[in-house]
Amino acid sequence: MSAVWTVFRKEVLENLRDRRVILSAFFFGVLLAPVIFGLTTTMVSKRAVANQDKPLNLPIAGADRAPNLVQFLRENGVKVQNVELSSDQAMEAVRSGAQDLVLIIGDDYAKALKAGESAPLSLVVDTSNGNTSPSADRARQLLNAYGHQLAVLRLMVRGINPTVIDPVGVHTLDVATPAGRSLLILGMMTYFCFMSMLVGGFYLAIDTTAGERERGSLEPLLTLPVSRSQLIVGKMLATSAFMSVSLLLTLAAFGVVLTYIPLEALGMSANFGPRVILTIFAIMMTFVPMGAGLMTVVASFTRSNREAQSWLSVVMMLPIAPIMFAVVTGTKPSAGLMAVPSLSQHLIATSLMRGDSIPALHVLICAGTTLALGALLVGVAIKLYQREAILG
Amino acid sequence: MIQVDGLRKRFGAVQALQDVSFSAGDGRITGLLGHNGAGKSTTLRILSTVIRANEGRALIDGHDCATDPLGVRRSLGVLPHASGLYAHLSGRENIRYYGELHGLRGVELNRSIDQLIERLALGGVADRRAKGYSQGERLKVGLARALIHRPQTIILDEPTNGLDVNAVRMLRDLIRELRESGRCVLFSSHVMQEVAALCDDIVIISHGRVVVRGTPADILKATGAPDLEEAFVRAADQPGEVA
Repeated sequence: MSAVWTVFRKEVLENLRDRRVILSAFFFGVLLAPVIFGLTTTMVSKRAVANQDKPLNLPIAGADRAPNLVQFLRENGVKVQNVELSSDQAMEAVRSGAQDLVLIIGDDYAKALKAGESAPLSLVVDTSNGNTSPSADRARQLLNAYGHQLAVLRLMVRGINPTVIDPVGVHTLDVATPAGRSLLILGMMTYFCFMSMLVGGFYLAIDTTAGERERGSLEPLLTLPVSRSQLIVGKMLATSAFMSVSLLLTLAAFGVVLTYIPLEALGMSANFGPRVILTIFAIMMTFVPMGAGLMTVVASFTRSNREAQSWLSVVMMLPIAPIMFAVVTGTKPSAGLMAVPSLSQHLIATSLMRGDSIPALHVLICAGTTLALGALLVGVAIKLYQREAILG
Repeated sequence: MIQVDGLRKRFGAVQALQDVSFSAGDGRITGLLGHNGAGKSTTLRILSTVIRANEGRALIDGHDCATDPLGVRRSLGVLPHASGLYAHLSGRENIRYYGELHGLRGVELNRSIDQLIERLALGGVADRRAKGYSQGERLKVGLARALIHRPQTIILDEPTNGLDVNAVRMLRDLIRELRESGRCVLFSSHVMQEVAALCDDIVIISHGRVVVRGTPADILKATGAPDLEEAFVRAADQPGEVA
């Protein structure tokens, strides 16, 4: 056992001194991923917030021709701005970006309205400008509402039930809970957690086999009075330690980043206190032996550092694929799915963030199958280390 | 003490060792000589228990390489072909790692490390990272690592490859010192002069077979060659055993 400890200590020390390892294991996972995550979600939510709360600025040409319409718009929170523009000038202003949109009230507006005809209104917009389309949508909705209101009045004046012009009544019932809505975004987070875990152990797993072989340090190591199982177990423990630290730091960084993201403004809330972070850490930890075993097994088949790196980059996609699938399809947790490693941790972690209760059976199946598969892969890695081919 | 009897080893379709038998005694320096690919490294790898022979027997200080590898490793010090130091550890840490894996601890370990660092004149660089070491410094740390547990039998795989004159001299002195203290030293080489300058016994291996073995005088007599180099050339081209 003391040999395992010696190997473990040496691997940790050696890799802590390797700037390349530190950069990839801790910088990428711990800083980069949460920061990228934070920036994108902040941008998305800021934009949503800005568009909802900002009063709509609507430049109107010929406002004096439609006092009732202007009054209606004002009542609905529109900041009306009188402009003197011909329709050509208005189009030029929108095209150049001087104005986001312009409403033009035609010369014949009052006359047509009085005659009961369709009164001409022109909304000048630029649909290729993504930033202004929410404003345009709101303006269009308000104008439609005003038109609908007039139509209802006209029908009532003629003694006709106004519902004839609403043959179908569509009600949208949004059942999303605030925490539920943030799930798609937070689902990305478990993806980053797996990433950082695997990246954290990446170089150590390679170093254990392909790296030692390439440097010529494996052969003398094997002439020491220590069994090969002790060597590989010590090395895999070091890999696991790096994976765990990387994971913990990533989760902590997410905890910090999430306090700065205005998720509530998006109508979302994330359940992400220290307790939830630690529980997610514990659940994710069940994946560590499997990740370490898997990477070590793959690396032990390769002939060089470079080859190991390219193979492992592919292997790293493996645990992430089920998560992608679940995020895209919105898969719900079930006992059967708990037998799928990485997917089960993802589902439990998202449930924790959502604040849902988690059946003990799910946790049991998740931890049981993942740890069992982990033990199997560690066993395979030990077995492979006994082969003569390990020397290359 | 090394006793090797009828070793055979096959890698896939390649029969690397056909029949290798020799012995190397305590207090003697034995040279394993052969062209590249003759089977020297394979023999040394079997002796250092990194790989197993398909047939035959190898004993190191009475421990069987096949059935008691841990016993073999405890009494064996190996200097491999490549130094294989850990670049991010200092020379001292590299030596300490091997000492700890040999089960040495505390004062005993520290004393052994200090003695070796002094004997090999590593004092100036021992606490620097191994990354920037010269070839000679790497060899010294490799030697210290191999000797940290005071092994009775020492195996060196082409130790002089790529070394400058000073380093080769230092190595020769050390090897002679080990002999004087009663150790068994086996080293491989493909350079006849080097072996002739140092060895008490010579084993010439060719195509996976021992073709000649004995003292330099024995070998000259058996091959009828005027000098050892000629003897090597003649012996290495022969298929069967001569002496």
